[in-house]
Amino acid sequence: MSLTDTGASVQAADNPPPGPGRARRGLTERLLAVRELSLLIALAALILVTTLRNDRFLSGQSIKDLLLGCAILVILAVGQTLVIVTRNVDLSVGSILGLVAFATGELFLAAPGTPWPLALLLGVALGAVCGVVNGGLIAVAKVPALVITLGTLYAFRGVDYYWAAGRQINAADMPRSFLRLGNQTVLGVPVLFLVALIVVAAVGFYLRSYRSGRELYAIGSEPAAARLSGIPVGRRVFAVFVANGALAGLAGVLYAARFGTLDAAAGTGLELQVVAAAVVGGVAIFGGSGSAYGAALGAVLLTTIGSSLAVLRIDPFWQQAVVGALILAAIGLDRLLALRMAARLRGRSAHGA
Amino acid sequence: MSPGAPGAESAPLLELDGVTKSFGAVAALRGVHLALHPGEAHALVGENGAGKSTLVKTLAGAHAPDSGRMTLDGRPLQLRGPADARAAGIAVIYQEPTLFPDLTVAENIFMGRQPLRGLRRIDTRAMNRDAERLFERLGVRIDPARPARGLSIADQQLVEIAKALSFDARVLIMDEPTAALSGVEVERLFAVARSLCERGAAVLFISHRFDEVFDLCQRITVLRDGAWVSSDRTADLTVDEVVRRMVGREVSSLYPKQDAPLRDTLLEVRGLSRAGVFSDVSFSVRGGEIVALAGLVGAGRSEVARAVFGVDRYDTGEVRVAGRVLPPGNPGKAIAAGMALVPEDRRQQGLVMELSVERNATLARRRALSRLGLLLGGAERAEARRWTRRLQVKTARLAAPVATLSGGNQQKVVLAKWLATEPRILIIDEPTRGIDVGTKAEVHRLLSELAGEGLAILMISSELPEVLGMADRVLVMHEGRVVRELPRGEADETSVMYAATGQGATA
Repeated sequence: MSLTDTGASVQAADNPPPGPGRARRGLTERLLAVRELSLLIALAALILVTTLRNDRFLSGQSIKDLLLGCAILVILAVGQTLVIVTRNVDLSVGSILGLVAFATGELFLAAPGTPWPLALLLGVALGAVCGVVNGGLIAVAKVPALVITLGTLYAFRGVDYYWAAGRQINAADMPRSFLRLGNQTVLGVPVLFLVALIVVAAVGFYLRSYRSGRELYAIGSEPAAARLSGIPVGRRVFAVFVANGALAGLAGVLYAARFGTLDAAAGTGLELQVVAAAVVGGVAIFGGSGSAYGAALGAVLLTTIGSSLAVLRIDPFWQQAVVGALILAAIGLDRLLALRMAARLRGRSAHGA
Repeated sequence: MSPGAPGAESAPLLELDGVTKSFGAVAALRGVHLALHPGEAHALVGENGAGKSTLVKTLAGAHAPDSGRMTLDGRPLQLRGPADARAAGIAVIYQEPTLFPDLTVAENIFMGRQPLRGLRRIDTRAMNRDAERLFERLGVRIDPARPARGLSIADQQLVEIAKALSFDARVLIMDEPTAALSGVEVERLFAVARSLCERGAAVLFISHRFDEVFDLCQRITVLRDGAWVSSDRTADLTVDEVVRRMVGREVSSLYPKQDAPLRDTLLEVRGLSRAGVFSDVSFSVRGGEIVALAGLVGAGRSEVARAVFGVDRYDTGEVRVAGRVLPPGNPGKAIAAGMALVPEDRRQQGLVMELSVERNATLARRRALSRLGLLLGGAERAEARRWTRRLQVKTARLAAPVATLSGGNQQKVVLAKWLATEPRILIIDEPTRGIDVGTKAEVHRLLSELAGEGLAILMISSELPEVLGMADRVLVMHEGRVVRELPRGEADETSVMYAATGQGATA
């Protein structure tokens, strides 16, 4: 005991705890902040350039459209973040969204009097069931999520097509109160966007501040170590797929409310946009790092690019190319930041200060 | 002076009785006994593969024992997973650090046990403060808020130690924690371990460094080939006695290396160094000669082999094949110069498990067998047939995937693959690991034959009888250096083991 005590007191003498604690805190947090800041700057620059060319781009209606347009992608990107952080991926979200959207329409056809909150709950529940299928298959088959969800991408879509049998559901089939959900604003902000904001805040807060949230990062960072430190890896990954399914279900209901017109193809191909938004938002595809806020910003940025290129009258072909370039730029930026951080960490002597 | 030593025996805190564990056909633990007393540090020693790490994983809840009893405080203890072991107060410092590179140091320490504030949120400030306190206790300075990525091995090990300390563990298990630590850090670690003992905890210490074992521990348990050999008070033992018990078996005459006329020097390695891995390694191998690289796991033997072959880079030094310098970091050139490397991990480095036996056997010779860039089935098959017949690979058909073969036959396919390149120099890492006795003998006979044909063979082996039986010369490595060179006549179990554990022997 005496030996440790001497060691500690010597140490304490030249190392006052509060100073370094504060000064050195948050290298990782700062890195995240830098990452999110760079997204905001890119977004601001994009809006500025577009507005200079066409001042109606910053009009109230245009902004409202933008917020409305990005809400669904934001929710999906945040859900996907939960999954990617654990070193998995869920490619079936587009199909879940389509299935739930169509199911919501069918519900109103069968029981026109259904109150919309109940429809919302049922949609979320159906999404969660799809998530259970994904999570269950991954847990049982021990096959990478990429392959499983590629399978369920087609399976869920197949169910959707079988059910729809070529029919289309129109806005006229759905109650007004429900459709209002998709277009109404509160203080000028679309309700849809507010819902997305709540999801972002809730998931972001959870991932940052809760033990099980941090465990998701641990699993993605080093799965073997996670197992050795007693983290219930299988249960957590399962839960993440259920949560992501539920969020995709929520997005499906909101999709139905917003567009009103539904067929079996709703949300086809959306999954790649979702993954792109998360990656652009700084969520590492190999797990272990990234935040819900970043993914949400990535989704906003991608949506804004879409509409600003339209305003600038640029060929849609370029839109794809720009999105591609943005993904590469995001990966390049992440790499650069990682290298700089590694250099800084090396710059310090092994034992700090 | 240990508090638990005087007077009557205290009741053991953690006790294992007749614990067995098998992986497939390999028995890793065969009826192990271990009694850890409160207030005592207990050493676990044994050769490579004696079952130490398996025992650690069993105590950590990562492996479930096949049979046997575990008791804690006299009550039966059943561990269904690492979480159970933690809950029982057992903390483990693994040989290789198990950190999360993306998370901060403090999070790594407190994962799953972070201090909380309102709404059950993690209190990051308190967590960093607690981590800082732990580091103060260890007398080291690591920023708790920095990510674990980029920490040196020693610092990673220190984080692991801080993690184990934070448990306030009743049983602390340390699996070779000192390998990466400097002298001062080892002293601090020991001070912490002793203070834990004073509070009534039990410490299990696994190390190949006998000076440390004798310095820290009150008792020593010896394992050999997965079986319990002895448990004694340190005071009743000497280093010689412990080494004798670790080795303790007859050298069987299973491994006959025929004398072959020595030819010219084929492989010459001079002053090979790689920072932090191995340093100043020099040796030469002549045609017709088998040279063994002996040493403990982690001594840097495989790393040297990989560097010589060009898979890994090296910082300084040179490799010459038949007098000509081999460019570093280029396995293609090494193969062209007549070198072949049969790696330690067959599954990952030597074989493509899904491909057929014949494809694997001819993988290293694709170019020579192809006509106008096309691989034609006939040439592959003929070549594969020639070598699999010579090595007596037991397979139903050459088109069967390698994954369907037994371990011994897989090893033969790897050998066939490299022998098909008709090398002059064969580097073979753990030639008989995990294969049955019969096949072992065949592999040994084959190596001996190849040497007789004039090949220079560099063999890495952790099995002492194999080293002693096969090698014309034994090079012993310890912590990245060749510490001893023993000709066949002088090499015996004690001399090799002494050098491998860094006991006073300098070349």
